[in-house]
Amino acid sequence: MSEAAETLPQGSLPDTPYAIEVEGLSKSFGDRVVVRDLTMRVRKGQIYGFLGPNGSGKTTTIRMLCGLLTPDSGRGTCLGLDILTQARAIRRHVGYMTQRFSLYADLSVRENLEFVARVYGVPDPVKAAMAAVERLGLAGRDRQLAGSLSGGWKQRLALGACILPSPQLLLLDEPTAGVDPKARREFWAQIHELAADGLTVLVSTHYMDEAERCHEIAYIAYGDLLAQGTVEEVVAGAGLVTWSVSGGDPAPLARELATLPGIDMVAPFGASVHVGGHDAAALEAAIAPFRDRPGLVWRRDEPTLEDVFIDLMNRSKDNFR
Amino acid sequence: MSGAVGGFLRRVGAMMRKEFLQLLRDRVSFATMISIPLLQLVLFGYAINTTPRHLPTAVLAYEDTSLTRSILAAIENTRYFEVVSHPGSAAEADHQMLAGEVSFIVEIPVGFERAVRRGESPSMLVAADATDPVASGSAIAALNALVDSAVKRERFAVEGGPEGSGLESAPPAFQIVTHARYNPAAVTQLNIVPGLLGTILTMTMLIFTALSVTREIERGTMETLLAMPIRPVEVMLGKIAPYVLVGAGQALLIVGAGRFLFDVPMIGSAWLLTALTVLFIVANLSIGYTFSTLAQNQLQAVQMTFMYFLPNILLSGFMFPFAGMPLWAQWLAETMPLTHYLRMVRGIMLKGADSGDLAQDILAMGAIMLVAMFIAVRRFRQTLD
Repeated sequence: MSEAAETLPQGSLPDTPYAIEVEGLSKSFGDRVVVRDLTMRVRKGQIYGFLGPNGSGKTTTIRMLCGLLTPDSGRGTCLGLDILTQARAIRRHVGYMTQRFSLYADLSVRENLEFVARVYGVPDPVKAAMAAVERLGLAGRDRQLAGSLSGGWKQRLALGACILPSPQLLLLDEPTAGVDPKARREFWAQIHELAADGLTVLVSTHYMDEAERCHEIAYIAYGDLLAQGTVEEVVAGAGLVTWSVSGGDPAPLARELATLPGIDMVAPFGASVHVGGHDAAALEAAIAPFRDRPGLVWRRDEPTLEDVFIDLMNRSKDNFR
Repeated sequence: MSGAVGGFLRRVGAMMRKEFLQLLRDRVSFATMISIPLLQLVLFGYAINTTPRHLPTAVLAYEDTSLTRSILAAIENTRYFEVVSHPGSAAEADHQMLAGEVSFIVEIPVGFERAVRRGESPSMLVAADATDPVASGSAIAALNALVDSAVKRERFAVEGGPEGSGLESAPPAFQIVTHARYNPAAVTQLNIVPGLLGTILTMTMLIFTALSVTREIERGTMETLLAMPIRPVEVMLGKIAPYVLVGAGQALLIVGAGRFLFDVPMIGSAWLLTALTVLFIVANLSIGYTFSTLAQNQLQAVQMTFMYFLPNILLSGFMFPFAGMPLWAQWLAETMPLTHYLRMVRGIMLKGADSGDLAQDILAMGAIMLVAMFIAVRRFRQTLD
């Protein structure tokens, strides 16, 4: 039955508003819980950012979505197909870009693409691979071994291989790690073009600027999904009040502030320090003695996404203990 | 269902093509595949000789008569023995053997000729260096044949007439007492070349597939491969197929060189040999592939291969006579494809056996292949769990 689903034309996938819909997913390795009771939904055609510190369970979640790992509990669908029973059919319609470059280093650019095209059953694989080479801007390098490409080109090739079989959903695991800013910008431009064509993209990242390029984001730490929604929703939902203080020596000032009750987050930021708390009144009381200190300039400002994430991370660490 | 079959073939084909490209790109491995069979064939074909000639011999003669001279001449005429020393005492002779200077000591006692003429049938002692029983075996076998001829010639000379031949049915004029008792089946180059065909194929085929899955894991490409819509059995067949061609090429090279260099005949059907060689290659590739799914890294895969390869060499009948092994060892050897293949190759090339003669071995090898494939496909992890 999975064979039948695999050869279906793309239009005949189950018609659901969500590309990803999972409920209560959990996964442990030994007695270490890596993902705990994860529930999330990703609407079709969206770019969904997946954020969280190292080892927070992002990669594990992505692997469960494309059937590379079997969840211990929970259920869900990917493109309307059950992730537990229809993993093979899901694979046909999902492009997964691994964190580490995992195409064949000893095959040329074109041979790698042709291999992918053949496995997925793309008609006329040779032509499809050459078209992808052109599209990727790799013309003239198509005979070069993939292993000898620079980091940015490898990433480009990996993305090219992912989208070659025209998937409906892209799962990208830290695709821009170790890539220079220009290549990153081009990469994101391409992701937005793909989304505009109706492709759904789930992308994990550490970069705040990348998170802000996503339609929606989710924040996962130590196996728990802590926040999700648009960037504005996540920032607003954090209930964080922040002040920015400048004019003093940031490092000792930050140390001094961090110990005070009512202050939940202190982050030096260039010449200034960001101070945040969940209770506006308690925060103001805490900083009141500093307001009159000469030379310090206090300013109420909007919390940034980074403030919110650092706060979320601190709080989840508290829970973890 | 034609769509499903087409998809299956397409994916196997894609995998096969990929493996073949990687194989061609790995120049060292590719060169090894060509050069190993040739090198080993030439090396072993010329170097290994289990019926060696001109073995160094010491003669400890306590008398020097026309009969003893005649016996010694006959011994040298077999060309197995070459008298290299005439030690003065038994101690000196023993020392020469301990030092490895001689492989045999021929001891002729005092009064030997007189005893022969009286019809007392005295004993002549031949001590053989038994540390290499294979080497001494054929030489000792040759000794027994020369007794009569040497004495006959001597009688002929002494008594001056063919009338002496009337004594032929009498008990032997003297006896040769030997100390080495090992006497293996005579093994010749004609036997070595077909054996090498089996061992070389076993070694190269096992190693190449044993590395194939672990290599994908170590290089991180397994994650991408698993995320693709391809089945374990498709991966396996795609990985095995290119090496069937490589193995067939190796076999052709060995058989061709064996004929050209050593005049090894092909009495039976070359087509039957080809078909069975392909079966043998696939069986070994499947076993190597199974190791590949059991091992965690390439080093482990290589270790497993060698652990398996050694009993193959020692028990299959390639190195030592199969019939000489205890029953349990024979049963163990029956589980190895090489044992069956050696019977097939020797049977077809040297004895002209047909598929009917070899039916049991063909069935056994097919069964081994299917079991290995079954385990491999079952063991192949479809997830990273």
